Amino acid sequence: MPFIPNTDADRKAMLERIGVKNFEELLANIPSELRFKRDFSLPDPLSELEVLRAVQLRTQCNRSVADAISFLGGGAYDHFVPAAIGHISSRSEFYTAYTPYQPEVSQGTLQVIYEYQSMIAELLGMDVSNASLYDGGSALAEAALMAVAETGKKRILVSQGVHPHYRQIIKTYLHGQQIETQWVALEQGSTSLADLKTKIDHQTAAVIIQHPNFLGNLEEVFEIAPLVHEHQALFVTSTDPISLGILEPPGNYDVDIATGEGQCLGNSLNYGGPYLGILASRLKFIRRMPGRIAGATVDTQGRRGFVLTFQTREQHIRREKATSNICTNQALIALNATVYLALLGKRGLQEVANLCLQNSHYLADEIQKLNGFQLAFPAPFFKEFVVTTPVAPAEIIDKLLPHNIYAGIDLSPFDFGLQNGLLIAVTEKRSKEEMDQFVESLKMFQK
Amino acid sequence: MEIPKELLYTEEHEWVLVDDTNNIATIGITDYAQGELGDIVFVELPSVNDEVKQMEPFGTIEAVKAVSDLFSPVSGVIVEVNTLLQEQPETINHDPYDKGWMIKVQMSNPSELDVLMDAEDYKKHIS
Repeated sequence: MPFIPNTDADRKAMLERIGVKNFEELLANIPSELRFKRDFSLPDPLSELEVLRAVQLRTQCNRSVADAISFLGGGAYDHFVPAAIGHISSRSEFYTAYTPYQPEVSQGTLQVIYEYQSMIAELLGMDVSNASLYDGGSALAEAALMAVAETGKKRILVSQGVHPHYRQIIKTYLHGQQIETQWVALEQGSTSLADLKTKIDHQTAAVIIQHPNFLGNLEEVFEIAPLVHEHQALFVTSTDPISLGILEPPGNYDVDIATGEGQCLGNSLNYGGPYLGILASRLKFIRRMPGRIAGATVDTQGRRGFVLTFQTREQHIRREKATSNICTNQALIALNATVYLALLGKRGLQEVANLCLQNSHYLADEIQKLNGFQLAFPAPFFKEFVVTTPVAPAEIIDKLLPHNIYAGIDLSPFDFGLQNGLLIAVTEKRSKEEMDQFVESLKMFQK
Repeated sequence: MEIPKELLYTEEHEWVLVDDTNNIATIGITDYAQGELGDIVFVELPSVNDEVKQMEPFGTIEAVKAVSDLFSPVSGVIVEVNTLLQEQPETINHDPYDKGWMIKVQMSNPSELDVLMDAEDYKKHIS
């Protein structure tokens, strides 16, 4: 396959056809000071074998969670990915990154999306799910836009417990549309109901909460929901889908739009992406949903089939008035999530969630026994928690790296005011031996 | 195709029926418009007390494969919305001039009616 599809003869023919002498003449309209006039300083071409060696040398510098004991979290988790997932999703019938452009001829892909939507809706306790979005952050920002469109109001309250990156994405999405975002402060690591009460009013389009929040803590979602609805605002949440093996689903606490990051459902960490944006809502908001939606129907002979439905929301029909500019989904990552959920089933997911809960609490208890280490917050948590450390978290992270332990996330660069906060995530993959080894290695920092 | 004589029309295929006694305008879309759209599956309408402006969108109408904005023939304040259309939007296909009406507007400037077409002009507009 030629990687440079135009030969010299091709280029000459094209230039002749449009009536310019050479490539330089084609660029004549670009002001000279904007042109890059030097030669590109690129190395000489390499053979395939040389390229392979060069790339291998670089990839060997990468460290993956397979090489270490990882306590990293913050939205990207080291859960176990059963081999069956890769086996199924790498089948050529399925292996596509996107919803197909001629969707109805790809019945298998549409059925997968339909099954994905059905499982996600059931897991979240919501009426309807879309075919997925890019990641948890963009799903949450799209939910904010839905809320603004639905309520006609232009102010969004976002808990500071929402992932700092997600908050940035929300701001990026909203600022061009003159939608105001305001943070709701935390109190002891969870959203302050007092601050929420002061800030919420009838101009509020939505209140956005992450549950469990970025710091791992559970939120008072059952108390927040009625407060939001009293003000005719929408309740929007971001949820760790694994946590729903043990926690109540968003539908049970009256959430209007439920979102989440689906990487944890059968997907590896993928160096930060591609991930899976989950978005589900009440049925009455379906025409405001971004992205694609697959539906089931019957053909002229009464046989079951699948279609993309509610397409009038989308930009190929609605043009500039489309609900969103997202016109595809994370088909492959959604497929992995679908296989994962089907493989584990209800009981499997409960077991994974239970193990996460037990592991994280075991580790938290053990770390607390060390002098100078303390749980930062009294709130209940699921699989992630913050400890305050006797030395700077960065020092701990750096010193444990050579021991093949990823200690967690240093919270000092974020806006939590936690200079000595280390965010530790514990999945079902962590054995007691691994956790004990981590605790043992932390002893060198005791004070 | 039905084009009732007592109505006024916009180029965007809305009709308006004016009640001279109270300056309330009843608004819907024409028989021609419903035929062009095909099976109507959803209408999004404003709420009572919302303001509308002449020839600005007041809602959207959605058919199976198309969606269009609805333009208000007159300016004013919404006094009534046809709630039947939320559950049975296909009423617009069956009965665009009667049961398929969409909104009633208390007109703020009845002289705006002067720019609208009568049945004769509208017939020419769509032919």
